[in-house]
Amino acid sequence: MNALRRNVLKGAAGAGTVAVAVAAGLLKPTQALAAAPRSAFEAKSVGDAMKGLGVSAPADSKDIVIKAPDIAENGAVVPVEVSSGIAGTTAIAIIAEKNATPLVAEFDLMGGTQPFVSTRIKMGQTALVRAVVTAGGKSYTAAKEVKVTIGGCGG
Amino acid sequence: MAEPMRIRATMAGDVADVKVLMNHPMETGARKDAKTGQLVPAHYITNVTATVNGAKVLEAGFSGGVSKNPYLGFKVKGPKAGDKVVVNWVDNTGDKNTAETTIG
Repeated sequence: MNALRRNVLKGAAGAGTVAVAVAAGLLKPTQALAAAPRSAFEAKSVGDAMKGLGVSAPADSKDIVIKAPDIAENGAVVPVEVSSGIAGTTAIAIIAEKNATPLVAEFDLMGGTQPFVSTRIKMGQTALVRAVVTAGGKSYTAAKEVKVTIGGCGG
Repeated sequence: MAEPMRIRATMAGDVADVKVLMNHPMETGARKDAKTGQLVPAHYITNVTATVNGAKVLEAGFSGGVSKNPYLGFKVKGPKAGDKVVVNWVDNTGDKNTAETTIG
């Protein structure tokens, strides 16, 4: 994480520190919020979704394992599990690259929560299911193609 | 909500395995009603939070792309049997729900 940010947070005491830091321009609002902003979930491209997550050029990582079917029987219910082996994982985002709004879910993990999430997503068509992991202030990514025979977004 | 949220938490070694099944239509707003041809308005859970013994362990944001009746599984190291897990959700209309369980 940004050393300046860490010092600001360490040095200041009491409530409202984060708000003061945001107002002072030291912390971007998206970093201050625990979960990704709604605009990220409304983004219509993978690039804009990543921007909304505050992520740029995540490094490909083999330490992120995406468990999802090779072929989804039902595009409305595609089980996806993401496990991150990267130390210090604090967030996992799931992106279905060809959905109208690619960012499906974003999880902020704290306390003793393990770097693992399991959920079910809708996929409109065959596409890469991409996981973006934030760990130690950096971003990493991996993707797995899931073939979809019957799209699950309705319409 | 016709049925309440279902939540289960069990210890697997030193990790609490939590599984939640939320009850929600998760309409994206892009689906057309087959009979009327009208778009079904967006109606989906936007935020989920989970706590163990009052301390936040997970915060999630969802889009309408999460499947109907959202399922969520996560694991927390540290808690023990008997500790309380609470899961809350809020949707885009401001509706909310909560469920709790003790770790078995």
